[in-house]
Amino acid sequence: MSVTPDLDRRTLLRRAAAAGLLVTPAAGLLSACAGSTPSQNNDSAGEKSDDNPFGVQDGSAVKVVIFNGGLGDAWAKEDQAIFNAKYPNVTVNMSSTQKIKTEEQPKMATQPSDVVMNSGADMMDISTLVNEGAIEPLDDLLAAPAWDGEGTVADSLLPGTVGDGTYQGKFFVVNVAYTVWGNWYNSALFDKEGWTPPKTFDEFFALAPKIKAKGMAPYVYDAVHGYYPRWALMATVWKSAGKQAVIDIDNLKENAWRAEGVLPALEAWEKLVKDKLLLPGKLDHTQSQQAWLDGKAAFIQVGTWLKNEMAATIPPGFEMKISDYWGLGATDKAPNDVYAGAGEGIVVPAKAPNKAAAKEFLRAVLSKAGSAKFAELTKSLASTKGSGDNVQDAALASANELMKNAGSDLISIKLWNFYADLDKESQNLSAELMAGRLTAAQFVDKMQTAADKVAKDSSITKQTRDA
Amino acid sequence: MRHGVARFVTGFLALPVGLYLFYVVWPFLQAAGYSLTDWGGYSDRQQFVGLENYLRLFSDELIRKAFWHNVFFLITVPLFTIALALFLAFLLNVGGREDKAGIRGVFGSGLYKVIFFFPQVLSLVVIAVMWQQIYRADGQGLINGMLMKIGLVSEDDPITFMYDPEPFLGVPAVLWWLLLIAVWSGAGFYMVLFSAAMQSIPKDVYEAAILDGAGRFHTFFRITLPLLRDTVSVAWVYLGFIALDMYALVFVMTPSQGGPNHASEIFASVLNFTAFQKGQFGYACAMGVALAIFTILLAALQLRITRRERIEY
Repeated sequence: MSVTPDLDRRTLLRRAAAAGLLVTPAAGLLSACAGSTPSQNNDSAGEKSDDNPFGVQDGSAVKVVIFNGGLGDAWAKEDQAIFNAKYPNVTVNMSSTQKIKTEEQPKMATQPSDVVMNSGADMMDISTLVNEGAIEPLDDLLAAPAWDGEGTVADSLLPGTVGDGTYQGKFFVVNVAYTVWGNWYNSALFDKEGWTPPKTFDEFFALAPKIKAKGMAPYVYDAVHGYYPRWALMATVWKSAGKQAVIDIDNLKENAWRAEGVLPALEAWEKLVKDKLLLPGKLDHTQSQQAWLDGKAAFIQVGTWLKNEMAATIPPGFEMKISDYWGLGATDKAPNDVYAGAGEGIVVPAKAPNKAAAKEFLRAVLSKAGSAKFAELTKSLASTKGSGDNVQDAALASANELMKNAGSDLISIKLWNFYADLDKESQNLSAELMAGRLTAAQFVDKMQTAADKVAKDSSITKQTRDA
Repeated sequence: MRHGVARFVTGFLALPVGLYLFYVVWPFLQAAGYSLTDWGGYSDRQQFVGLENYLRLFSDELIRKAFWHNVFFLITVPLFTIALALFLAFLLNVGGREDKAGIRGVFGSGLYKVIFFFPQVLSLVVIAVMWQQIYRADGQGLINGMLMKIGLVSEDDPITFMYDPEPFLGVPAVLWWLLLIAVWSGAGFYMVLFSAAMQSIPKDVYEAAILDGAGRFHTFFRITLPLLRDTVSVAWVYLGFIALDMYALVFVMTPSQGGPNHASEIFASVLNFTAFQKGQFGYACAMGVALAIFTILLAALQLRITRRERIEY
């Protein structure tokens, strides 16, 4: 009935299918791997002085990429203003994004930005950046005089900031936000009901029935991102088993996960899940935070960026306060240690075209003026000392209070920054434990197996910590 | 004038072919090259390691798991999408009553066509974000909310969809929920494709069959399906590609991109983790190349099996 031309439909479709092959699944994946030709690295060479310690060249440009997450990016514009007040002839090209890895990784080997805030769910793996020599050591930044204070930049930073940015003995990452982690509660509600925020799991288990009686779930967590519950699990491990146990875990020491105190800490979490103290359902970070703000749950654990992240939807009369993570009580080896540290890391790529201006920009970020603006705008502490002194905010004040009563050490876990494999595994297992599909004992076994596997794998560069 | 034609054609083709070679073929070749190195992705340091990356693929447990998940999609996505699309196309074109005007579709088939085709105009990421709300694992989710209202699901125990690794027929539940989205979003396009093919089947063939006493069942299996063989076969190949990809859905919808605890890991998600988190670009490129080879073989096999004399009408 119809004519059959010499190019029939089947041939046409088959050819189209063959062409389609080249653009379907493998295509996107294949081209993701492709690179481009490296460009020349022409670092600016201006005059160096105490006031201009890295020799920023007049008329040069510096490209700054800010992670626009929980802290927003308004604070960075203040830093830009501070920087430009001193260097009016240096152009700052600032952009902000949530897709750090997606946008910056392809440029790292060839033409990277000068300053990259490497943060959020889409961040570049730090250990990989260090092992690949892709980022610049910033020890000279630490040794440089502070922008507007006494002494060096290193002197002006809060404890833990230098350590948190140090890998293989060199300082690579400027963590600008000083975060305190803990359990958040609505102090207005707690005052009204006469509840006291618990300090240990036993106190929490005693309070839980009273919370449930009010039609509230005692606890809600982020079920999407495994690293959220992981903070809490590891904080309890530190408190219960002590600092040395966690250092051994981070150093992949044999049977480190089987050390005394690790299992009981995780068993407390297992009990919380088994006793059905969680809000039913699986929510992500903002959904769970909103559920908590809506009064569906009494406690949520997260860092001090919480207030800024949820600023738009905090109900009137809601007074958020942070309290320390719960320990197990009398058996705890480090009951008063607080989970705090510098986060939201900024790096300077090794191939950045204008490293001098990049470092000088970071000096401006760490200045007194810049960090005060940071605390004011984000309601979070900056990692420069004294940033929150003039900020009136109950949430920030509760974090300050927590820090004042803290033990001698800060809880810090390096495992997930050291090894991408263990990062993935510990996130997955934390989520499984919180979902009730894994017992504490199984968690310990599986983590030990994964750690042993990494320890034996010669293709993975090992990292260690002493303190 | 023959050479004039050649010059004319070349003039038009040179630029697109050049762009294609540079932006599509060249990156492929580069990726194949990188797959033989230990390149990390963040520097320009790389060493030639030969086929080591490919050998590693065979002993990688995660890859094996991801491979079987891809095979699951490879079988189910084309099967369910084509079955649904054929069923819909049949109803819309020849499933209705017959009268003086001949065979026609069910009442309102024009409207249904638009509705069924609609998912095709949305980008896959938009679809994924939309289904996140449909699948939301508490009372505010569309499905959970409705089921709770009518009392089928308890408020304390919502369906967890993307967070459910429990096996159903031996396959994690999360994969079945992803499959539902893939079929929903794909069926509309193939329905239109099959509709067009069905329209080109002469109506008198149907009328003759009906006169001979064939019911709907027989007209479909004896007439429609055999005459659509070519179209279905091409659809099968295309859906095979989609099934081997599935990346956008897994990336946007599942916890930790392939979770919970690797229950929805597919080739592409392992590749992404290996390249961008672990910083093993060489190995990741080897995965990509292996997937490309697998895809090409599969398509060739598929087209060979279905090759047959075509029926002319």
